[in-house]
Amino acid sequence: MARKREISEQTAWMLAIRDRRDKQAFARLFDHFAPRLKGFVVRSGLDAAQAEEIVQDVMLTIWRKADQFDPERAQVSGWIYQITRNRQIDVVRRVGRAMPEELKHEDDHEPDAGQVVALEQETGKLKQALKRLKPEQRMMIEKAYLGDLTHQEIQAETGLPLGTIKSRIRLGLDRLRHELKELREP
Amino acid sequence: MKTITHHTPDPMLAAYAAGTLPPVFEVVVATHVSMCDTCRASLAAHQAVGGALLESADAADLPERLKSDVMALLDMPAVDPQPAPRRSGIYPGPVMQALKSRPPRWKSLGFGVRQSILSDGPDGSLRLLHIPPGRAVPDHGHNGMELTLVLQGRFDDETGTFGVGDLEIADEDLEHTPIAGAGDPCICLAATDAPLRFRTFVPRLLQPLFRI
Repeated sequence: MARKREISEQTAWMLAIRDRRDKQAFARLFDHFAPRLKGFVVRSGLDAAQAEEIVQDVMLTIWRKADQFDPERAQVSGWIYQITRNRQIDVVRRVGRAMPEELKHEDDHEPDAGQVVALEQETGKLKQALKRLKPEQRMMIEKAYLGDLTHQEIQAETGLPLGTIKSRIRLGLDRLRHELKELREP
Repeated sequence: MKTITHHTPDPMLAAYAAGTLPPVFEVVVATHVSMCDTCRASLAAHQAVGGALLESADAADLPERLKSDVMALLDMPAVDPQPAPRRSGIYPGPVMQALKSRPPRWKSLGFGVRQSILSDGPDGSLRLLHIPPGRAVPDHGHNGMELTLVLQGRFDDETGTFGVGDLEIADEDLEHTPIAGAGDPCICLAATDAPLRFRTFVPRLLQPLFRI
């Protein structure tokens, strides 16, 4: 039996940053993510100084764009991953990349704890699946998400259970759409 | 609202997240995701994989001043980034961004078919196409991969029917003749990873046109 889980501390820090502009929570988030972020960016081929510049930019973006974080649809790490790749691409291309339209809850929206925890559990399964991969499979996945493979080179079958996490995110998205629809149709 | 049945494939969404798609394809994928919650959820799943890899990365040493620098910058007013362009009519935000928030500048290709080129260079081209009902959709020259996303109306070809939000992906091997459906003119966002070849689509325009 899975034990009842609480919202992870990373998500709790991020919500404190988003809703209360809590600098202490930001300092904790920094201590957790910034060193990993540097390690991650260095793996994509940047030197230490360039990587540290990216880390600084990404951490500031997390603070400034905190209102876009939605724990019903994204994990903190996944959200930070996209900010990081966007930043790395902007540095190389010097022009902004095309981004999907943003969707946002109302400011007074209380996240649904059941949905948040369920999504965290799905992400936990994903991490376990990554650990179980054969080394060469894992290397291909790292290359893909670090930006070393073209879309033609990325294999459709990654061996990761993406279907279940997609369905879970979709539920969060449907709830948001429902809320947005109700706002339009009072 | 009609259901979207032709989606962005997973490898393309993963490449979008990682940032390895050609910029012209990136606009099409960002537009499709803006219109399609199935692909929005799939993209978030790929971001979650990236996040899991980020979490498991070896922590690297950071100079002490980095944290104090960042903490000191929190209260500084951010340099106001350009707000993301909003959807306008049938054109989602990423298309408005490619249009630089101006209306399309249509140029006639004959037979009522019009195009508005958004970008064209050695790394690919991006354009809007406006095709009256029953007319053939100009192709991009069969010298690469082409992505066609329907923004208004529909088109049909040998592989199926493509309505609003549907994405067709074609390569050199696909021999097809898309024809705009009845009703509103079909407006598509089309991208190819090769420069436009004007010569090649003229013959198709002159092909026998069905359903007129």
